[in-house]
Amino acid sequence: MDTVTRRKFLIASGVVAGGALAAGATAYTLWDILATAADPRRDPGARTLVVVTLYGGNDGLATVIPYADPAYHDARPGLSYSAEQVLRIDDTTGLNPSLKGLRQLYDDDRLAIVRGVGYPQPDRSHFRSMDIWHTGSPERPGNTGWLGRWLDTVGGDPRLAVSFEPVLPPLLAGETSAGAAVPVSGLKVARGVPRNALEALGKPSPGEPSLQARAAACFADLDKVDEMITDVKAAAAADADSDDDTPAATATGGGRTPLAAQLELVAQCVEAGVSTRVFSVSLGGFDFHADEKVAQERLLAELDSAVSAFVNRMGLSERGQKVVVLVYSEFGRRVRANASDGTDHGTASNVLVAGPRVAGGRLIGEQPSLGDLDRGDLKSTIDFRDIYASLLSDALGADPGRILGGWSGRMSDLLGKA
Amino acid sequence: MADRGLVAHLLRRATFGPTSEEVDRAAAAGVETTLPTLLTPTSADAGAAATPVPRLGPDPYAVLTRSSSREERQQANQQRREQIQSLGQWWVARLFAAEHQLLEKMVFFWHGHWATSVQKVKSAHLMLGHLQTMRTYGRGDFAVLAKAMLRDPALIFWLDGQRNTRQAPNENLARELMELFTLGIGSYTEEDIRAGARALTGWTIDRTTRRASLNPRRHDAGAKTILGRTANFDVDSYADLLVSQPAHAAFLAGRLWFRFASGQPMPTATEERLVAAYRPGRDVTALLRALFTDEAFLATRGHLVKQPVEWAVGAMRQLGLNPTRLAAEKRRQLIGGLDGLGQVPLRPPSVGGWPAGASWLTTSSIQVRLRLATGFAAEVGAPVLDPLATGSTDAKLDALARLLVVDAWTDRTRAALTQSAGEPRRLLSVGLVSPEYTVS
Repeated sequence: MDTVTRRKFLIASGVVAGGALAAGATAYTLWDILATAADPRRDPGARTLVVVTLYGGNDGLATVIPYADPAYHDARPGLSYSAEQVLRIDDTTGLNPSLKGLRQLYDDDRLAIVRGVGYPQPDRSHFRSMDIWHTGSPERPGNTGWLGRWLDTVGGDPRLAVSFEPVLPPLLAGETSAGAAVPVSGLKVARGVPRNALEALGKPSPGEPSLQARAAACFADLDKVDEMITDVKAAAAADADSDDDTPAATATGGGRTPLAAQLELVAQCVEAGVSTRVFSVSLGGFDFHADEKVAQERLLAELDSAVSAFVNRMGLSERGQKVVVLVYSEFGRRVRANASDGTDHGTASNVLVAGPRVAGGRLIGEQPSLGDLDRGDLKSTIDFRDIYASLLSDALGADPGRILGGWSGRMSDLLGKA
Repeated sequence: MADRGLVAHLLRRATFGPTSEEVDRAAAAGVETTLPTLLTPTSADAGAAATPVPRLGPDPYAVLTRSSSREERQQANQQRREQIQSLGQWWVARLFAAEHQLLEKMVFFWHGHWATSVQKVKSAHLMLGHLQTMRTYGRGDFAVLAKAMLRDPALIFWLDGQRNTRQAPNENLARELMELFTLGIGSYTEEDIRAGARALTGWTIDRTTRRASLNPRRHDAGAKTILGRTANFDVDSYADLLVSQPAHAAFLAGRLWFRFASGQPMPTATEERLVAAYRPGRDVTALLRALFTDEAFLATRGHLVKQPVEWAVGAMRQLGLNPTRLAAEKRRQLIGGLDGLGQVPLRPPSVGGWPAGASWLTTSSIQVRLRLATGFAAEVGAPVLDPLATGSTDAKLDALARLLVVDAWTDRTRAALTQSAGEPRRLLSVGLVSPEYTVS
């Protein structure tokens, strides 16, 4: 989502103009989230949903690969993977060679792969399509996120839906409430400005412009930051400029903090038993219109090591057992490669569902035919709202129809037994 | 004598942060006289002359070949990083020093519009050329700018235009050209993008000469149907078609409104006036003039959050802290601070441009601002500090408001400042991070 759209979205959702946050509500720190660990209201059996958003349009055909289909090799000379190169799942399907950790999760029945996921009349704009995935509303532009609407239904405490991204992702913005964007940096408050001055700046002032009120709200919990640092390992900032010759993709958004560091914070929160039910993390840079193969492998390897380490770590604790991870991107890529050894924007793609106790080791849905395309793109066979609906009901115990505008589709038994 | 508050509002938006003396002069001269000096300055710019475009030396990447050794590559990477760093530091110094502030601000606006990052381009030379193209063409006929940008090696490379050929078009540039640069989403179809990509085929980049040129053998010269018109479109006729679309003028007016006026929607009547001013010559300066003189603009005080670069450069201008005179370590801290705030010049996070509004307002950003603010306060000298240390607490707070060109402090912030009124550097730090100074 581009910043203008995001801004309109946030205004419309009330996050910015006149809404609860803008009026001077609390800005949350990691400390606040960890402080919910003692909350007796948390149902010990309740699941936790971790949403991993891949910005830029990850190439699904190079992630879950139909290696036995001659049409795949014909469409992608120079980009395709042979039967010997893929990590085989069965006689037709294999994973990208860089997904060794996910392959192990699949073998351990901790990863399910849903194929052919999309929505009607697919939009090929990064920003619009990501908007659709965030809102869960393909038919008309929405102004609330699907998990923000879930938050509305459970009372609206921002600590129930947390992002470690620098900006609140729209999927966590509801009609009357919004999740918390929690800073991950381990900076210390500068000396030279006394605490009481900072506390004084955090108070709302009647009648001031809403953005000025929001600026004041940022001071509200600053005094807890130093304590937070002693509790939590600071996440490393991303290296601004890679040193090698690997080509980069055009950036379209996504977290600057490495995915592994974001998931490290999620893991600490889960293990502490916080009340948060939904975490949002992200990884950007998948828009490979050129020189795709090596660069995508590198990015997939980052995804692979971060997600597989997280799921395996979650498997070690009682609380972690309840975690469900969803991995998706705004679209897949065009079936036929372009002349730049890359691929242009496409449509249907794979969604990954992982966790220590999900019903994994399964390929769900059919691989869309490479011989029956819609203007060069795959035809989706599963609507992403079916997956959202199952996660809402089976992971969050919510009524999906109420949150997804009456959507009645479901993927039965996506998660298996809790 | 003009309303000082309205003049200050205009200057906060049209510059990187006015000094109180600049507001004094503009208030005395009146808006009628001030506006032309912002929009179409005719004087020589001594500040720009004092910060000439840096001499980068040879492009270390251009001389690499497939047979270059590992050591040669590492050395080239090191050189490249140093060049990119010095270009970024030069740009901040230029933003600080330039007298023709709106011209510099427009370059920065276009940098966020044709948002191209050195992270992928990996060449200080190409990024400098990119900035110079926007500087040269960014205030006149937008069609001329668009055609120049479509020949700009950095933009082409950023959106894979050099890989877009007749045999297999690459849609990256055509899509963002329509969605983000000229029309906005919803004003074209997927077929238009595919046909548009064909019109842009065949452009190649020579990294040695730093020029883009059309290779006719790679160009698709056939007929294309774009936006309902069929012709043998090439780069120029495609650009002309886009800027003649009804959606274009309103789109561009909206983008300028969003950055210079308000994050809230532009009133319809204002949009009509801006479009009417822009359309005859697709004149960017006429559009800006209409924006700054529109009654709706006058009502947008407090509607924007200062972008981190505006905040930091504005503070340095008001405090008289010339970044070129800072110690090298302090200069690095400045760029590091901008990184922590999420806005390093030359590195927009997305082809969609920089964040805006409440996106800049996070608890972690406050921490970075505090560090930078105390760093600035530690550097300033007696001429800045003396008024902040003289007279009653009210007098000190008034002097601080004047220094930072803040219209008024709320009672909340007065309370916070009063606690620090005995220590001028501390007072200054609190003022720089205050909510009133954070918005514009």
